[in-house]
Order: sequence, then C-alpha cells, then structure tokens
Amino acid sequence: MPNGVNKGAVTAFWGKVKVDEVGAESLGRLLVVYPWTQRFFESFGDLSTAEAVFGNAKVKAHGKKVLDSFSEGLNHLDDLKGAFASLSELHCDKLHVDPENFKLLGNVLVVVLARHFGKEFTPELQAEFQKVVTGVANALAHRYH
Amino acid sequence: MVHFTAEEKAAITGLWGKVNVEEAGGEALGRLLVVYPWTQRFFDSFGNLSSTSAIMGNPKVKAHGKKVLTSFGEAIKNLDNLKGAFAKLSELHCDKLHVDPENFRLLGNVIVIILATHFGREFTPDVQAAWQKLVSGVATALAHKYH
Repeated sequence: MPNGVNKGAVTAFWGKVKVDEVGAESLGRLLVVYPWTQRFFESFGDLSTAEAVFGNAKVKAHGKKVLDSFSEGLNHLDDLKGAFASLSELHCDKLHVDPENFKLLGNVLVVVLARHFGKEFTPELQAEFQKVVTGVANALAHRYH
Repeated sequence: MVHFTAEEKAAITGLWGKVNVEEAGGEALGRLLVVYPWTQRFFDSFGNLSSTSAIMGNPKVKAHGKKVLTSFGEAIKNLDNLKGAFAKLSELHCDKLHVDPENFRLLGNVIVIILATHFGREFTPDVQAAWQKLVSGVATALAHKYH
C-alpha cells in the first residue's frame, strides 16, 4: 500500500467526485497539456485543438473508463500491484504505453480535483492523492518487461 | 530553449495579473513541504514544520514562499530567455543550497495545482497547458547551471 495513505479521507472525498466528468476532463487535459500523448489515441478522430478534444465523444467515453478503473483501485489500496496486474500487462504488451505517461495522467487528475474542489482540496488531501496516484502509476508499471 | 506562442504568453500573463503573490507563494511552498515531506530538509532553520497546520501557518514558510513566487514573477517578464533570467539563481541552488533539481519540478507542479484551486473554471485546458510549459521551462532554467 502507498506509504501511510489515509484510506478513510481518500474514500470519503472520492465519494463526492463525479467520476464520468472528472475522467473525461482528466483525459482531455492530458491530451492538451502533453500533446505527445495523442499518439496513443489516433483512432479517436479530431484532437487538433482543445475544443476538439473536449467535444470528442471517444475521449469522454475513454476518460470515464480510465477513471472507473482508478476508482476500483481505490478499493484495493492495500494491494494496488495486484489490482492493476492485468492492466499493467495490457499497457506493456498490447498498448505499448511508456509508464511515464501514468505519472502525467496522475498529476493531471490531481489538478482536475484541485480545480473542481478549490479550497476543499486541502494540503492534506493533496498529499493523500499524490501518494495514491503515484502508487497507481507504479502498479501500472510493475509488470513491464 | 522553450518557445511560447503569443496565445501562451497571454494565458500566462493574463492569469498572473490576478494572482496574490504573497498568498499563493506561501501556499505553494507550504503545500510542497506537506505533499513532499522530504523537501523539509532544505528548511531546517524554519522552526516548526511538524504538522500541516504548523507548516501552513509558519511565518518563515509564508515569507519564503512569497520570495520564491516573486522571483517566478520575474521569469514571466523574461519568457524569451528563462535560462538567462535564472542563471544566478541556478548557480546559487547548485553551489550554495545543494538542491536536487527534481525539486524544481515538484514545486512547479504544486504551483499549477494552486492556480487550479484558485481559478476554477478560468483555469482552462489551454491555460493549464501554457502554465505547465512555463513551470517546466523554469525548472529547466534553474537546473541549467548545475555541474
């Protein structure tokens, strides 16, 4: 488990998160802020501007899928490596995604939470979520070979 | 060298004009010390950093945060030459302060998060992209004179 994560605080806060919306926004912002990540989504159609990215139905759908998976992970904070083992193999063997991108997405998720919740996203919550996204990124990289 | 488009420069300066540097600086440094606790090692002389409230309320943290962010503001006036603007500070952080340059990236990310908490809707994807590029450019400039 990520070192000393306050599970109660994380899950209580996560209960207020609109996963569909935050998922879509996080993936969208990843594609805009780190444009090279668009290379993994060539089949998604128009990603040429921020407007195009944010209007893109495939981005929204996939963002939701990614964050649903992250949400599941929050139920397994004691064994993130186990929880993400299959996805780790998939991202390495089939999708060929550089694990650095998991850290980028994790950081974007933290920014999106900060944007939505403002002051309510306290320093403590930021610290907890930073540990969680790091733990998830490491778990997703764990099966790489 | 990092190059900013006219739109990116506008996104950066537009937001910066509305930032309360003293408040944001204190918060940025405070959150760095809370979220990445090993960074406290550079601030042994700051007194009580034993809890989140101690850190966020610490007057030395606030003062130093303001100083750091004011310096950041100087960078914004020199977007076409960040390396030049930060040359002396880069030497200082290497030769005297012995700060691992990775920490500049961490602080940059914390600044982006604080802007997100303060500006909400206004912190659009394009604005975020411009600021991420800026903090990355500043971190690189601060590391440039390391040897």
